Amino acid sequence: MAAAIRNELRFILNDRDVVLTSVAPDMTLLDWLRLSRNLRGTKEGCAEGDCGACTVLVGKRVGDELVYEGVNACIRFMGSLDCCHVVTVEHLAPNEGRLHPVQQAMVDFHGSQCGFCTPGFIMSLYGLWMKSPTPSDFEIEKALQGNLCRCTGYEAIIRSARAISSYGRVAEDPLAKERASIVARLAALDDGARVEIGEGGQRFVVPASVDDLGAVLEAEPKATVVAGSTDVGLWVTKMMRNISPTVFIGGVKELRSMCDEDGVITIGAGVTYSEAFDFLSRRIPALGALIARIGGEQVRNMGTIGGNIANGSPIGDMPPALIALGSTLTLCKGTTRRTIPLEEFFIAYGKQDRQPGEFVESVQVPVPAEGIRYAVHKISKRREEDITATLGAFHLELAGDGTVAAIRIAYGGMAATPKRASAVEAALTGKPWTESTVEAAIPAYEQDFTPLTDMRATAEYRMLAAKNLLRRFYLETSGAEAPVLVSRYAAA
Amino acid sequence: MTKHAPNLKAEKIVGGVHSTQRHDSAHKHVTGTAVYIDDMVEPVGTLHAGLGLSNVAHGIIKSVDLSAVRAAPGVVDVLTYEDVPGVNEISPSYMDDDPVLAEGKVEFHGQPIFCVIAETREQARRAARLAKIEYEELPAVIDIWDLDVATHKQVTTPLTLKRGDAATALASAPRRVKGRMRLGGQDHFYLEGQVSLAIPGEDDEIIVYCSTQGPSETQHMVAHALGVPSHAVTVEVRRMGGGFGGKETQANQCAALAAIAAKKLKRAVKLRLDRDEDMTATGKRHDFAIDYDVGFDDEGRILGIDYTFALRSGFSADLSGPVGDRALFHCDNAYFFPHVHAKSAPLYTNTVSNTAFRGFGGPQGMVGAERVIDEVAFAVGKDPLEIRKLNFYDAMGVKGERNLTPYHQKVEDCIIQRIVAELEESADYAGRRKAIAEFNATSPVVKRGLALTPVKFGISFTKTESNQAGALVHVYTDGSVHMNHGGTEMGQGLHLKVAQVVAEEFQIDLDRVKITATTTAKVPNTSPTAASSGADLNGMAAQDAARQIKERLIDFAAETHQIPREQVVFLPNRVRVGNEEIPFNDLVKQAYMNRVQLSAAGFYKTPKIHWDRAKGRGHAFYYYAYGAACSEVSVDTLTGEYVVERTDILHDTGRSLNKAIDIGQVEGGFIQGMGWLTTEELWWDDKGRLRTHAPSTYKIPLASDRPKVFNVALTDWSEAYEPTVHRSKAVGEPPLPLGLSVLHALSDAIASVADHKICPRLDAPATPERVLMAVERLKAQAGK
Repeated sequence: MAAAIRNELRFILNDRDVVLTSVAPDMTLLDWLRLSRNLRGTKEGCAEGDCGACTVLVGKRVGDELVYEGVNACIRFMGSLDCCHVVTVEHLAPNEGRLHPVQQAMVDFHGSQCGFCTPGFIMSLYGLWMKSPTPSDFEIEKALQGNLCRCTGYEAIIRSARAISSYGRVAEDPLAKERASIVARLAALDDGARVEIGEGGQRFVVPASVDDLGAVLEAEPKATVVAGSTDVGLWVTKMMRNISPTVFIGGVKELRSMCDEDGVITIGAGVTYSEAFDFLSRRIPALGALIARIGGEQVRNMGTIGGNIANGSPIGDMPPALIALGSTLTLCKGTTRRTIPLEEFFIAYGKQDRQPGEFVESVQVPVPAEGIRYAVHKISKRREEDITATLGAFHLELAGDGTVAAIRIAYGGMAATPKRASAVEAALTGKPWTESTVEAAIPAYEQDFTPLTDMRATAEYRMLAAKNLLRRFYLETSGAEAPVLVSRYAAA
Repeated sequence: MTKHAPNLKAEKIVGGVHSTQRHDSAHKHVTGTAVYIDDMVEPVGTLHAGLGLSNVAHGIIKSVDLSAVRAAPGVVDVLTYEDVPGVNEISPSYMDDDPVLAEGKVEFHGQPIFCVIAETREQARRAARLAKIEYEELPAVIDIWDLDVATHKQVTTPLTLKRGDAATALASAPRRVKGRMRLGGQDHFYLEGQVSLAIPGEDDEIIVYCSTQGPSETQHMVAHALGVPSHAVTVEVRRMGGGFGGKETQANQCAALAAIAAKKLKRAVKLRLDRDEDMTATGKRHDFAIDYDVGFDDEGRILGIDYTFALRSGFSADLSGPVGDRALFHCDNAYFFPHVHAKSAPLYTNTVSNTAFRGFGGPQGMVGAERVIDEVAFAVGKDPLEIRKLNFYDAMGVKGERNLTPYHQKVEDCIIQRIVAELEESADYAGRRKAIAEFNATSPVVKRGLALTPVKFGISFTKTESNQAGALVHVYTDGSVHMNHGGTEMGQGLHLKVAQVVAEEFQIDLDRVKITATTTAKVPNTSPTAASSGADLNGMAAQDAARQIKERLIDFAAETHQIPREQVVFLPNRVRVGNEEIPFNDLVKQAYMNRVQLSAAGFYKTPKIHWDRAKGRGHAFYYYAYGAACSEVSVDTLTGEYVVERTDILHDTGRSLNKAIDIGQVEGGFIQGMGWLTTEELWWDDKGRLRTHAPSTYKIPLASDRPKVFNVALTDWSEAYEPTVHRSKAVGEPPLPLGLSVLHALSDAIASVADHKICPRLDAPATPERVLMAVERLKAQAGK
């Protein structure tokens, strides 16, 4: 059944309903706020989702709930906001009246200096506070990974963050009190129709369902598919590429599901890192720890695991981790589906096994069975919110006699695609899991990889660090007593 | 109508000096209502500019085809150097080497060649990419590491400092070490990029709203480029979204371009750089190659030293001369060198022209000093902290002979001994040193390291004429006060501190003092807000202005009440006149009725200082600020990754004007210094393109990079040796080099892999890669 079509985009901005019938597919929320609405509390710091000065909250309905998440307005396209509630810093203390608890804490604890990053910090802390009113330092720091401050050294901001709840209760917060009415208003906007806006070279579509998406892409096989826009956003802001026609899939409900059956987790292509975080942290803790180091919170709130796979980055971060787990990928074209091993999706640099009109629907991730040792180690110049220099994922199954029954090792940042270390795996398989076996396998890295030198790392470092990650994996699986890695959050 | 009802019985005013006050704009910061240049309401018809940048590092421009740019949607005009009505030149050092737009040649990748003016910013940016420019490429010099300082082109005159006979001291020293260090630069990464909004007026007038630390210089540069007198140009800035030195001279280009376009097109024009353009086309902290040759005795006492500080200046002089100078001024850090020879080499390169950055070369000089300390410590087999203490300048009050700097200034106010001793105690240096040794003995992969490093930072512009300031204070008939001065607000709380000084002077509550935007029309010929001097200079100038008015009020009260002047005393929000207490507001009103002038221009110039660059001698600094930091790190010797476990800081701000503001400066300065020396890496490719030109690739510290434990304290006992403003000390730059403690803690952890027998010679920034490579090198040298 063909979906009904609506030629207007509808959402709520702060306390106002907004209906747009004409908006470009590459119009960012930030530019629209600042230029069309003259809401200039939200700042542009980088236009690439790395500094957080443009952070706003986007509330979306998840079942009967309304979930607010901090996002980077600079790389968020308007088309992705259908039936959402956009909250900017101007909404917190209307008419500069009494300050919101988050704001008052930041004032009292001297959390601002130049003030330019401050509205973004306010919004990130607000998002955190609604979820976790008395957060741990880890939660605070994780929530602020996507917010750069160049003045304060952060200490005063952290002091503010710890104090917010002493200024007020979440239940009394305006967004909490308005929640029921906002949910009702958003529900009223959501007519289940496909949204089509624009014409000619300035068109975008928001499909109504996964079947509708299949139909849209069959009709428009060259369309740019946008889920979280944490990558495509930069095609626009940095490269000024034309992305029309654009298909926004972030709202397609069927793609937003996660399920766990018979030891296999199926993650829909529209599931964001943040949505997957708690669940994966519980089921496959190493993946949770990895997600906490991908992007900042705003990027994790927008970016999807499916998008991370579909865009074919040679670095990852999820693909090598998922390849080592033996994951499979389901692609859909029209109504036809096929499932392939994830590693086969990556053919060459910039080339994936995806047909025109086909889209990534879900990834299936086997949960490591009892006794399997699984680890993911990411190395980057800065520990959090940085693109990987090299990442190694290890999946080891030992036989009863202590020999390697099977091992899967996959790396990002070492080749033109996420890639298995096949020669290393071969050198380990069937051998006793000992230091001498590991050392004997190390030279095989030279067969598997010829990394590049770039601004993130030299080829020499990448190779050495990649090898040492196997050494680390050995140490952590062989009962070493002394620490084998440094961590900000481990007990000192 | 005023809501203000001053407390006329108060024992103290609210918001005087030495009281903790919140940033005056804090409530606006948190509500998003603080207005930055890009947030201002634009005049109707405002146009937007975009830059066309060079895509070769060095070349002759053969042809420039802008037809597609001109034809692009929304484009109104395209400016090239030929459109500059005055002089195509904005060199802050008047070296005639800094064009507004490239003329005939380009000298770095990213140099602005043309400027598109369009109806929208997006249209301007899109159009700028359509130019067809042909170059005849010339050989490009990108890095300085392998350059010969004796023969390579320099952008300005280098400096040599000399005291005693270094050559002889080195030759006769019992021990001697030579080495080299590579020290990276740093992007300012102010969150608000460069931006200017120019609004043309009648005749030759123009107002430029510009995110600049140096409104007067921007004014003069704009006038120069427009070919009009300075009186025609007004530059105004209420606040910046960070500066850090990056908007001292680097703001001028945007201002000039916006102004030229605005005058030509008779419309308001705004130019705001994209982050990539900002990082590509504007200057940064200089990276250095430091050569050192140090002679010392078996105890580790330094006898003689010879240094060369080569710096990557980029294609023009900009501030490279004085930055190199300040590196030499701090090549001693807090240490006495009996014999010293040090020279700078501001080398020409085909990279963006480097510029001021918090510390202005000083931190780089101190990195050289601390590397030398490490070398000596490893050579004699002692803890580097012992070597540091052994070589300190004589403490204040000690009548010794170890107190003369390489520039022949006597250090009279040295309190580093006490600061280090107190910090050593509070941070439990000795106990942790022992615990770390025990930990490392049983931990083959993760190694811990500890370091305590001192800071002595000279306060004053070395350019003598910059050490002056002006202020303008008006008292209105209702007793409210309008305050203006030449300093600019970039987050450091300068306006607040100066307002506190004014409130203190009049003995009125702080909220009676209005902070106003910095503008060249109110206070002329000001110095850039730089060299940590903002509060020192402008605070004194504002105090002077307030005092003039106060004197007139005293005269008036004494006269009308027929009492001696001494019997007129300013109390909180009131004035005691003989036996009577009159509210301040009433006295002001009475004075007005009696035609007393209630406005004054204040002025200040720093006393005592002088500097003869040719001779390398003088009293270059009015005083020194001191501090020390102790940091502990954990290093993963398999990958080079690390975390900062703990940092303790004790810092001297004299009698702090506002402790909360000063603590913020210390914390922020430390983290910025740490970032410079750890994860912030500027990386050029072989074409001379900066590839780390945005936060995706250039990594400043995050909240999660703070030390896990971070204890920051101000000395509660120190006060400025000289009569500074309320005996406070400058605080902008001095805390930044506290970040050296992290570099040296990393070095200490690395040294443990070779039993602390080999100096790790860790270069900076100490990325995980550099750390791992140093670990590998030491292991190889130690045969492990």
